[in-house]
Amino acid sequence: MATISLTVNGKAVTATVEDRTLLVQYLRENLGLTGTHVGCDTSQCGACVILVDGRAVKACTMLAAQADGSTVTTIEGLATGDQLHPVQAAFREHHGLQCGFCTPGMIMAAVDMINRRGGALDEQTIRHELEGNICRCTGYHNIVKAIQAASAEMAGMRQAAE
Amino acid sequence: MGVEGIGARVTRKEDRRFITGKGRYTDDIVLKDTTYGVFVRSPHAHAKILSIDTTAAKAAPGVIEILTGADLAGDRIGGLICGWMIHSRDGTPMKAGAHPAIAHERVRHVGDQVALVIAETKAQARDAAELVEVDYEILPAVVDPARAMDADAPLIHDVAPSNLIFDWVLGDEEATEAAFAKAAHVVELDIINNRLSPNPMEPRSAIGYYDEAEEHYDLYTTSQNPHVARLVLSAFVGIAPEHKLRVVAPDVGGGFGAKIYIYPEETACLWASKRIGGRPVKWTSDRTEAFLTDCHGRDHVTKAKLALAEDGTFLALRSDTIANIGAYMSTFSSATPTYLHGTLLSGQYVIPAIFTNVKAVYTNTTPVDAYRGAGRPEATYIVERLVETAARQLGMDPAELRRKNFIRQFPYQTPVILTYDAGDFEANLDKALAAVDYAGFPARKAEAKTRGKLRGIGFSSYIEACGIAPSQAVGSLGSGVGLWESAEVRVNPVGTVEILTGSHSHGQGHETTFAQLVNERLGIGLNNVQIVHGDTDKVQFGMGTYGSRSGAVGMSAIVKALDKVEAKAKKIAAHLMEASEADIVIEDGELKVAGTDKKLPFFQVALAAYTAHNLPAGMEPGLKESAFYDPTNFTYPAGTYICEVEVDPDTGKTEIVQFVAVDDFGRIINPMIVEGQVHGGLAQGIGQALMEGVSYDPESGQLLTGSYMDYCMPRADDVPSFKVDHVTTLCPGNPLGMKGCGEAGAIGSPPAVINAITDAIGNNNLSMPATPAKVWAAINAA
Repeated sequence: MATISLTVNGKAVTATVEDRTLLVQYLRENLGLTGTHVGCDTSQCGACVILVDGRAVKACTMLAAQADGSTVTTIEGLATGDQLHPVQAAFREHHGLQCGFCTPGMIMAAVDMINRRGGALDEQTIRHELEGNICRCTGYHNIVKAIQAASAEMAGMRQAAE
Repeated sequence: MGVEGIGARVTRKEDRRFITGKGRYTDDIVLKDTTYGVFVRSPHAHAKILSIDTTAAKAAPGVIEILTGADLAGDRIGGLICGWMIHSRDGTPMKAGAHPAIAHERVRHVGDQVALVIAETKAQARDAAELVEVDYEILPAVVDPARAMDADAPLIHDVAPSNLIFDWVLGDEEATEAAFAKAAHVVELDIINNRLSPNPMEPRSAIGYYDEAEEHYDLYTTSQNPHVARLVLSAFVGIAPEHKLRVVAPDVGGGFGAKIYIYPEETACLWASKRIGGRPVKWTSDRTEAFLTDCHGRDHVTKAKLALAEDGTFLALRSDTIANIGAYMSTFSSATPTYLHGTLLSGQYVIPAIFTNVKAVYTNTTPVDAYRGAGRPEATYIVERLVETAARQLGMDPAELRRKNFIRQFPYQTPVILTYDAGDFEANLDKALAAVDYAGFPARKAEAKTRGKLRGIGFSSYIEACGIAPSQAVGSLGSGVGLWESAEVRVNPVGTVEILTGSHSHGQGHETTFAQLVNERLGIGLNNVQIVHGDTDKVQFGMGTYGSRSGAVGMSAIVKALDKVEAKAKKIAAHLMEASEADIVIEDGELKVAGTDKKLPFFQVALAAYTAHNLPAGMEPGLKESAFYDPTNFTYPAGTYICEVEVDPDTGKTEIVQFVAVDDFGRIINPMIVEGQVHGGLAQGIGQALMEGVSYDPESGQLLTGSYMDYCMPRADDVPSFKVDHVTTLCPGNPLGMKGCGEAGAIGSPPAVINAITDAIGNNNLSMPATPAKVWAAINAA
């Protein structure tokens, strides 16, 4: 058993977990944060992507024990109160989701992509960067459009702030 | 069109919960005292179970119970059924073998469930499952449908000699062969329609709960049709009568057909909950389990031919298909290769004589059933590959050969049962040709050549039968159920509206589109409309969502119920305003007396219906109506897709550089949602054409594509952005004129892609999936 302390969506949490507990299990089963989904067993689908210390991580590839001392953001912690994150808003505006199951991982991966690369992203870059996230509903067309729009908006916001 | 009514491109009501992580899928639900089930599954494709030793497993930490097929048989729990009877050409009924929810004495495919381990945690159940010792006698296996009827193939079900389930025919064989005998041209193709795994991103999950006090069961499950699940589990499996079984399908993460069926795990979890004294039993599939047990799609082996006159006029078409059903007959497995397939072999064309023969066979593979398109992609692939091949053989332009043979008069009776009611196939083709800039193709091809690339263009003019389906018609063809839909419109005293529907949304956006219909009719804002679905305790009856039926059938039921609500509201308004009922009109959320300035807002009429202080003499209080709608015909979405590819001759890699889809779906409620449905279908069809394929080892029957490491799912950089447009001819058969849009993309696109690649490489001998290795080999064989 391992005792872990971490910050999840701004709240400090402490728990004792089995050594083999995956971070995604801890989030879903211990904390009830069921927005992070499990869609495969091989770290291919990306439905479980979260941010650990600001970087995108597939929560099925990390043990809860490895997250000790980390700051974790899940899809539930992305919006600020009622104010959606620009990526969330763009997914809705551009119909970037259908069944919603891959959506949390897609959104978190997109947030990381935009943060990491900066600026307005082009279609080719977005499609390449989405290598680790599978969607079966949308054919990616509107996901790409949503991320493109969000990246442009966030670049504009950064520029305005500077 | 109002800003939120029919035709408006409004964003989806349901999105907020999904983008904030508050969707509620089956695996997210934790009932009090939940236990966790893990299945022990067969590692062999075909074997006798000699013994099962659970001693060590039962002693493992946290284990509550371990149940086997013998326990199930002892409790007389019935087997799973196939709900559509098909008769062979000699009149004999199909030969369906037993399908127990837990295998007993014999396993028939890798992944067949052998025991259910129930423990306090999922990890404990997994650990214990490893300790269950099963002694098997391995039997020879057959996985290739083309080999299933061979004399030396192992027999999979004793009831089906030669593994032949049915030998079905449709059409006039004599007339067809006569037409071929005198045809100027005959085009022939051998076709393999590759086996696919539907792969909704949410794995299947089930929670069975038996309430001992009420003697009542609850099932939470990933279903496209919870009412059908309740019907089958009650009437055939015998879990409990319908009034003692509630089925809930909450948010469901994609279906594509794979979540229509009634699977063994649901029965097992319900039954197990009672066996362990009423604690809930929850099972959630992992992805490998999904590859092993979610029904697969397609898997046809076909010989097809088309007869043409000297000038290219189509004379006859014949196809002979072997359809792989897998190890057991799934819920609708018999309908898919027959009445959803053979009936579409006329395509968009006048073909005077058509004949098809389908032999359905058992193999030692996962059951095969409807997957997005279900039979219609296979038919479209046959027709559109034949037509493109004919154009090449005759030296005709493929667009013009299609145009020459298009059906132009409606209604049109095909030689294979269906009566097409409306369409404008030439308009679809012309719009697609313009969008793709067909005239500019030779220049683009020449330019590509300067870069060392082979550029090709391919067409597909598909038609499908949707809006499934007229109950009497499908009953006469073997369906065990009627395929109507039901709806209830509840107007609350404050004027808000709840729509209860038997349709089920698992990505289609019903919460938005159905509310748009209410807005169009009653002028109520979308936020004041709630769509209720997916719970048999709330919605009394339904047939669910598949076959692109929720618009054409589900919304038609809502229209009928709204008609009744409006009629009653008008009576009340006429009474309150002392006007004639015939003069009342409903506009912008108000009931008005035509030609006067007298009016009442809708909510005041609703309130009056419930206060009941001043209603017309003899009228019942309340404003709540229900309706059943039974379609009068199938609907016929149709379109033309054009795919343009560039192939790298050095690597065989195909890049789709342009994809145009022009569809005629009839009335469109929300263009944004409809386009999204097309995009998703196209990606699945392109996946089938280029990369997807379930593969089994031919000797051992082991599944070789059991994870996303092995089964190639389309990723974002495998597909292009799509050019999607519409032509609209209204469907005359239902009140809104809708045809359905859910499956078109997956039906129309595979032949367009393969026609484009074969055009590019100059070799027509190419099977799906057209992987770089296959394309490279085809280039070098040419």
